[in-house]
Amino acid sequence: MSGAPADGGRHLLSVSDLGSEGIEEVLRVADAFVEVARRPIPKVPALRGRTVVTLFAEESTRTRLSFETAARRLSADVMSFSMAGSSAKKGESLRDTVETVTAMGVDALVVRHPCAGAAHQVARWVDAAVVNAGDGWHEHPTQALLDCYTIRQVLAERAGRDPASVGMECFDGLRVAIVGDIRHSRVARSGIWALAALGARVTLVAPGSLLPTSLQGWPVERTASDLDTVLPEVDVCYLLRLQLERGVGAHLPSLREYTAGYGLTARRAGLLAEDALVMHPGPMNRGVEIADEVADLPRSVVLRQVANGVAVRMAVLFLLLGAGVGADVGALVGEGE
Amino acid sequence: MAERERRLTPPRGGVFVPRVQVLSAEDVQRALVRIAHEIVERNRGLEDLVLIGLQTGGVPLAQRMGRSLEEIEGTTVPVGMLDVAFYRDDIGIRPVLPEAVTDIPGDLAGALVVLVDDVLFTGRTVRAALNALADYGRARAVQLAVMVDRGHRELPIRPDYVGKNMPTRIDEQVDVSLDGVVLGDVVPR
Repeated sequence: MSGAPADGGRHLLSVSDLGSEGIEEVLRVADAFVEVARRPIPKVPALRGRTVVTLFAEESTRTRLSFETAARRLSADVMSFSMAGSSAKKGESLRDTVETVTAMGVDALVVRHPCAGAAHQVARWVDAAVVNAGDGWHEHPTQALLDCYTIRQVLAERAGRDPASVGMECFDGLRVAIVGDIRHSRVARSGIWALAALGARVTLVAPGSLLPTSLQGWPVERTASDLDTVLPEVDVCYLLRLQLERGVGAHLPSLREYTAGYGLTARRAGLLAEDALVMHPGPMNRGVEIADEVADLPRSVVLRQVANGVAVRMAVLFLLLGAGVGADVGALVGEGE
Repeated sequence: MAERERRLTPPRGGVFVPRVQVLSAEDVQRALVRIAHEIVERNRGLEDLVLIGLQTGGVPLAQRMGRSLEEIEGTTVPVGMLDVAFYRDDIGIRPVLPEAVTDIPGDLAGALVVLVDDVLFTGRTVRAALNALADYGRARAVQLAVMVDRGHRELPIRPDYVGKNMPTRIDEQVDVSLDGVVLGDVVPR
């Protein structure tokens, strides 16, 4: 999806491929799908006859459900391939798995893999459109897109406007703090690039051990280690999940110490500006990076992020499979109405 | 994307070169008022009536027609707008993108829907619109009002109310707005 879809962009591998125009296009199309979700029958026939496969080499129920719901609401057929429990265990290589699956006739592959660059590699092997649903520590572009969508939606509603009528100017100078395990987070990587591309000012807040070894080239305004001084100055506080299952604990003295320094406790939430948003990509570790009572405050838009995730993924699949495929200048005259 | 937008949107679309002004702004206004009277006459009032403009050309016409109906009958008529991009039959063949967000006022079950569009050409947009409407409930009836019927139908669809019947060549372009109706050509950019 690099550039306009009519140019034949076929994959969504990273946010930086999209650029601000691509991001804007996805958000604009997502507006139409948010409306679809509100209908009595929240389904359109746009991708009838197309097949979307979710290929997950790493378990993630919510992301897979979100993509599958999105594909079904576009009337695409959905196949789900969980590598954790199948051929990979029998020793099949990723390439063989991918080629076997696409040989069944697949239009889009949604790939989640623990290795950075896996989706890029898959895109080189197949004719189908490839969507990166998270590759190692690298990127998770649809998460960044749905986060941007949610921010714009909430800001529009507060201004009493229809989200569709609000352009990307609402991100201009928006102050966003991304808090937590930046080092191991693909959500942070995609989010930083997307927010910066749209004009937001990003502050990273993390203990030194959870920052990447180098931030050279990252579009980040500053890094900080004292959350208390950052909170009063931000419009959005984005908490990352502490990925305990990946052994993040080794980078920290203890979980309680992390919560004491970087958790959004009730006291810290009180430091936020009146209208600041709290976001989290889920699943939340309540009591670690976010306190129970903070997670349920109205300013926390976590469930909205989930709801918008479906619409944004519908937009991505529609743009890749429907909107621009086979665009033909010669067909413009004398056809259709 | 309706044909007009498709033909004129960069980078693939061309530039509209006007040739003849067919209707003036006043003519368009008179046609809208006449169609409004026809709607009231044929349906014996405005009971259950909902006007739905097709994005994007039909929307301003539907809004203006709604005001005319109000002036005639003294009751408010709900006006919605519908984008049919996701229901088109050329998805995957040509660029198709939603132009705007759909906004349908409430449940359409039992409603008398009048679809409003600027130009009736092949009929494929109307076919898509009929499918889209079905997802909002079972309307009691659906009628079609267009400002210009330019012929060249590819589906068995006919309008109930017409502003102007206008025979055209298939490669010509008809531009409709509240400012009037212009016949012209599309030349490459």
